[in-house]
Amino acid sequence: MSRSRTLSKAVIFAAVAALLPIAATSAANAQAATEIQLSYKDKKFDPAEISAPANTPIVIKLKNLDAKPMEFESKTLKIEKVVAGSSDATVNVRAQKPGRYEFVDEYNEKVARGALVVK
Amino acid sequence: MIAALIIVFREVFEAGLIIGIVLAVTRTVPHRNAWIGGGVLAGVLAACVVAAFAGALSNLFAGMGQELFNAAILVIAVVMLTWHNVWMARHGAELAGELRVAGQAVVEGSKSLLALAVVVGVAVLREGSEVVLFLYGVIATGGDTAWGVTLGGLGGLALGLMICLLTYFGLLRIPARALFTTTTILIALLAAGMAAQAAAFLEKANWLTAMDNVVWDSGWLLSDASIPGKALHTLIGYTDQPTAMQLTVYLAILLITFVLMRLYGAPAKAVVPARG
Ligand SMILES: [Cu+2]
Repeated sequence: MSRSRTLSKAVIFAAVAALLPIAATSAANAQAATEIQLSYKDKKFDPAEISAPANTPIVIKLKNLDAKPMEFESKTLKIEKVVAGSSDATVNVRAQKPGRYEFVDEYNEKVARGALVVK
Repeated sequence: MIAALIIVFREVFEAGLIIGIVLAVTRTVPHRNAWIGGGVLAGVLAACVVAAFAGALSNLFAGMGQELFNAAILVIAVVMLTWHNVWMARHGAELAGELRVAGQAVVEGSKSLLALAVVVGVAVLREGSEVVLFLYGVIATGGDTAWGVTLGGLGGLALGLMICLLTYFGLLRIPARALFTTTTILIALLAAGMAAQAAAFLEKANWLTAMDNVVWDSGWLLSDASIPGKALHTLIGYTDQPTAMQLTVYLAILLITFVLMRLYGAPAKAVVPARG
């Protein structure tokens, strides 16, 4: 019993120890990212089309100028972020292959649409 | 109204699946309704608080507050689910068996119930805060279709409840002996999936950048944004573009659960004399 306790403690310790270096390297690895400004007002993105170079991380600085909250969502970019009314949000996007990636305000999916063009 | 129904349903869907599973897992445990009901209620209240402070929360940690918050509550759920499985491996037989000696077993049973109530609360909190924000936003601006949105919202909640009941009764159709094994596996996969999701949130927050290469893309086959994809996403953690880190975390949780169940589960029970 005490032996199995010790053993399982060892397993947990090993798991934690294995994950630590990963967390430590994460800060050092951050590449220079492309920063893009995007605003949202009256259910419209401005600009409706943004672009970024391929294979570099992207940071979208989103300003929700409406009083209502919105959910910035892109299925292809794996983004889902709720932005409260009249506030800003930062969205990190991992480096992408060239292509056109659509995004929407999930709460107004039909009208509030935009796209990120990566080239 | 339909849009509101779809949005609310999408948010409530995952919570409904999780609550259904937890209900099935605890079906033989006394007082489980009170615990799970308490979990739901606490989740709803917490969701309202989170929604009220959404702006402030988002601004924490250089705009990554939401991601880190999500990662943190998922980690709590993973710990609780894993702990529950290990606990059940040890005491499951006592609880399910004929000689369910009241007293101790029940007291111990509620410890595990607390863990599952936390999981339920966390699931409700996560999905609920988005629903609250959405409905609040619609009502705050008043006017046009507030009624339609309210109706749609209620419809979405009702559909979510239906998912919960379908999951529950679906699982109950499995014979009692197999049910224990099924739910154990289900809970382990659920926990692994949540851990991988937590890793994904940490990746979005740039707190985790190692091993961020996408291992495969099965989006052409099954998108994780579709309803079946989303069900698999919640149940077994399916993602159409997993990173190496997400896969590693997923497998690590499965391995840890398995090892802990072996160590603390059956063998220990044979050695330790009846407790208290
Ligand atoms: Cu959600």
